[in-house]
Amino acid sequence: MSAPVLTKEAPEPVEEPVLRKPATRKRLVPYWLLLPGIVWLLVFFALPLVYQASTSVQTGSLEAGFEVTWHFPTYWEALQEYWPQFVRSLLYAGTATVLCLLLGYPLAYLIAFRAGRWRNLLLVLVIAPFFTSFLIRTLAWKTILADDSLVVDALNALHVLDVTSWLGWTEGDRVLATPMAVVCGLTYNFLPFMILPLYTSLERIDGRLHEAAQDLYASPATTFRKVTFPLSMPGVVSGTLLTFIPASGDYVNSELLGSTDTKMVGNVIQSQFLRVLDYPTAAALSFILMAIVLVMVTVYIRRAGTEDLV
Amino acid sequence: MTDKTAHTGKNTGGGDVRLTGISKAYGSFTAVHPLDLTVPQGSFFALLGASGCGKTTTLRMIAGLEDPSTGTVFLGDTDVTDLPPYKRPVNTVFQSYALFPHMDISENIAFGLRRRGIKSVKKQVDEMLELVQLGDKARHKPHQLSGGQQQRVAVARALINHPQVLLLDEPLGALDLKLRRQMQLELKRIQTEVGITFVHVTHDQEEAMTMADQVAVMNGGRVEQLGAPADLYENPRTTFVANFLGTSNLIEAEVLEAGSDVLVTAGGGKLRVPGDRCTPAVRAGGRLLVGVRPEKISLTHADDAGAIADGRNRVTGRIADSSFIGVSTQYVVNSPAGAELQVYEQNIERDARLVPGAEVVLHWNPAHTFGLDADQDIDAGVESVEDAG
Repeated sequence: MSAPVLTKEAPEPVEEPVLRKPATRKRLVPYWLLLPGIVWLLVFFALPLVYQASTSVQTGSLEAGFEVTWHFPTYWEALQEYWPQFVRSLLYAGTATVLCLLLGYPLAYLIAFRAGRWRNLLLVLVIAPFFTSFLIRTLAWKTILADDSLVVDALNALHVLDVTSWLGWTEGDRVLATPMAVVCGLTYNFLPFMILPLYTSLERIDGRLHEAAQDLYASPATTFRKVTFPLSMPGVVSGTLLTFIPASGDYVNSELLGSTDTKMVGNVIQSQFLRVLDYPTAAALSFILMAIVLVMVTVYIRRAGTEDLV
Repeated sequence: MTDKTAHTGKNTGGGDVRLTGISKAYGSFTAVHPLDLTVPQGSFFALLGASGCGKTTTLRMIAGLEDPSTGTVFLGDTDVTDLPPYKRPVNTVFQSYALFPHMDISENIAFGLRRRGIKSVKKQVDEMLELVQLGDKARHKPHQLSGGQQQRVAVARALINHPQVLLLDEPLGALDLKLRRQMQLELKRIQTEVGITFVHVTHDQEEAMTMADQVAVMNGGRVEQLGAPADLYENPRTTFVANFLGTSNLIEAEVLEAGSDVLVTAGGGKLRVPGDRCTPAVRAGGRLLVGVRPEKISLTHADDAGAIADGRNRVTGRIADSSFIGVSTQYVVNSPAGAELQVYEQNIERDARLVPGAEVVLHWNPAHTFGLDADQDIDAGVESVEDAG
C-alpha cells in the first residue's frame, strides 16, 4: 500500500520548480509587448482626454485664468447655441459617407474581381492622392468648383444646378461656398478610406461562392444581393466608419470650400479654441461630438451585426 | 416523395446528358479535345483521370460555368449550350463545397428553392437534412461543421432542387481516407434512393470503380476508354487505362502466329493471347504489348515447375522483392520477358521458399491475357507523384 503513495508524491516537488518559472515568464510576454502601446495611449490619449474633460468644466477668463468649478451648464449652453452646426456636421458627413459608398463600392468590386493584372496599379492609384498634402488637394477643389470652371459651366449647361439650387445645395449658378462644395470635398478626401476596406473584404470572398450561387439559380444580380454584398458587410461597416467619424469632425473642407452658412462643428471648435479662446466651450463641444458619434456608431454596429460574419 | 415522382414524370422524354463535339481551348492550350459523350439518365457516371486531364473542364461545361469552344451540350432533347448556369436544371457539388459562410445550414440548403420563388421550403429542407443525417445541425453555420458534414450539406443543397443531373467535382478530395470510403457508400446510397443522374469527377480510380456504373477514363483532354468498371479493368484498350486503373504487367512481345489464339514470344518464352482480347490488328512478325493483371498470376518455385498444368502461360524469373500486406503478398519478379513484374498472391498456403532471390515460374490462364498496341508509351498512366493531386 505504501509504495503507490510514495510514487504519487515523489514527482510533485520535482515538477514544480522546473515547470513554473518558464510558464509565468511566458504568461507575462504579451504584457511586455503591450507596454509601448499602453504608454503611448496613456501619454497621448488618456491624459489629454482627462485634461480636456477638466477644461470643459472650468470657468474664468483668459486674463484671470481658468479654474475647475464643475460648471456643467457649459455643455447645455454649447449645445443650445451650436446645435445647427451639429446637425449640419452629421448631415454633411452622412451624405459624404453615402456618396463614398456609392462611388467606392463599384470601384472596389472592379479592382477585386475584374482588374486582373491591373489590380495593383489601380490600388496604387487609389492611394496616390495621399502623396499630396490634404490641404493642397482641397485647395485644388476650389479651382475645380470655381465659378467659371469647366465643371460648373457643364453643370449649368445641363441644368443640374437648377435642381441642386432648388434643393438648397447650391446657390444660383455657384457651387463654391455652398453645401454641395463641402460635401464634394469631404467625399473626395475620404473616398480612399472607403475603398480600401471594401476592397479587402471583397477580395477575401471565394470566387467559387459566386459560381455556387449561379449554379443554384441565382442570376448575377441576385448573386450580388444574396452572397457578395452580405459577405462584404465587414468592409462596408469599417469603410463607413472610417469615412463618417473623421468627416463629422472635419473643418478643413468647410473652411476652404464653404461659407459661413456651411460651418460644421469642427469649425466652431477650431474658432473657439484658437480665436475666441473660450476653452471650456471648445472642450465641451468636443465631448458632445464624441458622445454623439459613439452612440451612433454603437447603434450602427449592433444593427449591421458584423460579428456574425466569418 | 410527391416531388420526386413529379420530377421523374417530367423527365421521361429522355433525360440523357449528351455532349457532341464539345471542346475547350484556352489560348493555344487545349484542355478538352472535341469529344462525344452520352451519360444515360439515372446512371452514376464517373469521369476519371489525373489532374489536368480535362475532366473538371468537361464537368464545368455541363454546368454552364465554362463556355465550350466548340460543340453542343444537350440535356434530354434540349440544347443548353447557350444557357447561363442559373437557367440550367443542373446542380453542382463543388470540390471545396463552396457553402455560403454567412448563412446557416438550412438556409444554405434552401438557397436554390428560394431563388426559384418557392416560399414554403421547411418541409423539403427537413427531408433533405434527414437524407444526409444532419437534422440537428440546421441552425449551425458551415464553419462549425466538420469536413464530412460540410460535404453532406453541399450534396443536400444541390439535391433539394431535384436537378436533372447532379455534378460532383471531386467532392471527396478533401476528406481523409476512412471518411472518404464512408461517403462513397453514402453517395451511392443517395443516388440509388433519388434516382438522379450523377456525373462524378475524380482522380481516384478506386473511387470511380466502387461508385460508378460507367467510367470514362480521360487523359490529355481526350476520353481514352469508356465502359463499366469491371470491363475497363479486365479489357483495357490502351496502356494508359491498363496502368491507371489498378496495376498491369505489360510485356513487349513479337507475334509468331495470328488468329483466334495469338502466339507471341517474349524473352525466349512463348505466350498465348486470345485473339478477341487484342486491341490492334495482329499479324505475324508484328509487335504486341502483352498484358496481365498481377492478381491473375500464380507463383510456383522453379523446383515444382513440373506440377504446373499444361496450357498455361509461363514466364520464368527471380524474385527481386516481396512485401507482406496481410491478405496478400506482393512480389516483384525480374524475368527475361520483362523487368519488375508484379504478382499478388493470396495468403492461403504460403510457400516458405518464395523469398527474394528464389527462382520461380509465373503462370496464368491465357484467357486472362490481353494484347495492346505496341506503339504506345508502355508507362503511360503509371501513378507518379505528380498524379497524386
